[in-house]
Amino acid sequence: MMPNPNSFNNGNLAVEARNMHVYYGNFRAVKDISLKVKRNAITAFIGPSGCGKSTVLRSFNRMNDLVTTARVEGEILYHGNNIYDNDVDPVEIRRRIGMVFQKPNPFPKSIYENVAWGARINGYKGDMDELVESSLRQAALWDEVKDKLNESGYSLSGGQQQRLCIARTVAVKPDIILMDEPTSALDPVATLRIEELIQDLKEKYTIIIVTHNMQQAARASDYTAFFNMDRDRAGYLVEYDRTPDIFTTPQNELTEQYITGRFG
Amino acid sequence: MSITTTSTETNSSQKRFTLGASKMSGNYAARKRKSQIMEGILFLAILLALTPLALILFEVIRRGASAMNIEFLTSVQNISLIREGGGYLNGLVGTLYMVAIASIIAVPLGVATATYVVEYSDSKLVPFIQFFTDVMTGVPSIFVGLFIYTILVQGGGGFSTLAGGLALSLLMIPIIARASEEVIRLVPDDLRNAAYGLGARRWQVVMQIVLPTAGSGLITASMLAVARAAGETAPLLLTALGAFKIVPELLGSPQAALPLIIFNEARGPFEPAHARAWAGALELMLLVLLLTLIARAIGRKTEAAI
Repeated sequence: MMPNPNSFNNGNLAVEARNMHVYYGNFRAVKDISLKVKRNAITAFIGPSGCGKSTVLRSFNRMNDLVTTARVEGEILYHGNNIYDNDVDPVEIRRRIGMVFQKPNPFPKSIYENVAWGARINGYKGDMDELVESSLRQAALWDEVKDKLNESGYSLSGGQQQRLCIARTVAVKPDIILMDEPTSALDPVATLRIEELIQDLKEKYTIIIVTHNMQQAARASDYTAFFNMDRDRAGYLVEYDRTPDIFTTPQNELTEQYITGRFG
Repeated sequence: MSITTTSTETNSSQKRFTLGASKMSGNYAARKRKSQIMEGILFLAILLALTPLALILFEVIRRGASAMNIEFLTSVQNISLIREGGGYLNGLVGTLYMVAIASIIAVPLGVATATYVVEYSDSKLVPFIQFFTDVMTGVPSIFVGLFIYTILVQGGGGFSTLAGGLALSLLMIPIIARASEEVIRLVPDDLRNAAYGLGARRWQVVMQIVLPTAGSGLITASMLAVARAAGETAPLLLTALGAFKIVPELLGSPQAALPLIIFNEARGPFEPAHARAWAGALELMLLVLLLTLIARAIGRKTEAAI
């Protein structure tokens, strides 16, 4: 039996948000998020559109810094340090906490270079061929592309491109992989392949996945956090628990209404 | 035929669908006629705009081709305007020389300006830079010649290849900056996010992802400016001046250029000089065409590589 989120301690904690608020200019997009994410587990963020789940996700590796008006209050603790402290380099954080995006976005480079680029700019000195192969294997793509590593990343299908993006992220050897609706642009078959892949990846990585698809959260995650939008349009965390508990015995009425499809 | 089209067009609107079919088809016929008339007017406008262009091309090719020959391409200028013979090789070399210098200066500066404007758009300098490049694009080219003349030619350097190249580069920078800006803006943000997500620093994102992705567009932008510079006469009058021989020196000697020779030979009353000027115009046109084709090929090659 998986431990309850409240019992996570330093031994199995990957990252933790404490009383986090995110603002875009004067607009508060999410408020008072406190949440502990377990190491080597898959945590799903679900909720209706506009509830701020992607915003919360992007706060975990400071991708929100790229939006000039964005501002984060509160703390995100990673190895005991607040990643929003003044002396923390956001680039360093993004190397440890990687990201896979909604739309597959390979670089206009060869398949090989797509995987190698991130590792190279991070100063990887080892055998690049080996790293590319092992990363593509981890992303369950090696067998499909091993004979055409020099072809453009764009020559692949959408599902393959997304696995290439996962391989590229894995090649940097992150701790945590954030996935922002990684299958929303893919067909059902490609979606299932990515979900299987995510199960394999949790052996080595902590995964946080934002999804619109409740079946996906139920099938593919260990923990589920349900977010909703309050009357002031700020997103907040409604309920967070083991996935089976969320989907069988939700404690909050809103959660129950959402997972049974009554709104959202 | 027209009735069925109208009913399918409007079947989403119940109210319009119930109107009489004859009235609908009448409206449709009128609208169709109006559309055809407007299309005809647009076509005439295109024809009107293209006619002078086609005539210029036709005339340059017709007159130029009859005076173009191996001797013209391979020999330097005939000092006499009255005698036949000689060619524009000195001008061709001078033009290529000065355009090369101008490109070496203007391409990096123009692309750098555009990169700054797009990738560092949080800087307060950006609107100022954009305004300034817009103004520079509109500066008459003779002013640019005058400027270089004052500070470099009169300032002690004399007429030279470098002075001509600098004048051309000042014309090219705003063109490249403006066109490159549009090209760099086309690079999708998804790619920037992907790179930042892998822990790339801004300069790595710009140098290794954004600029290579925009590569072929940047080449096109630069070629636009090269084509413009190769045909410029006014800024060279006061900086390169002109020469009757091939000038390898960067400094200390006036330099020849194709447009300068064309200008000098065409303005006199002498027939042999006129014939050479036409051939020179054709040569200049082919040169720009060739450079454009080369740039396209490079652009396509880099695109194929990625």
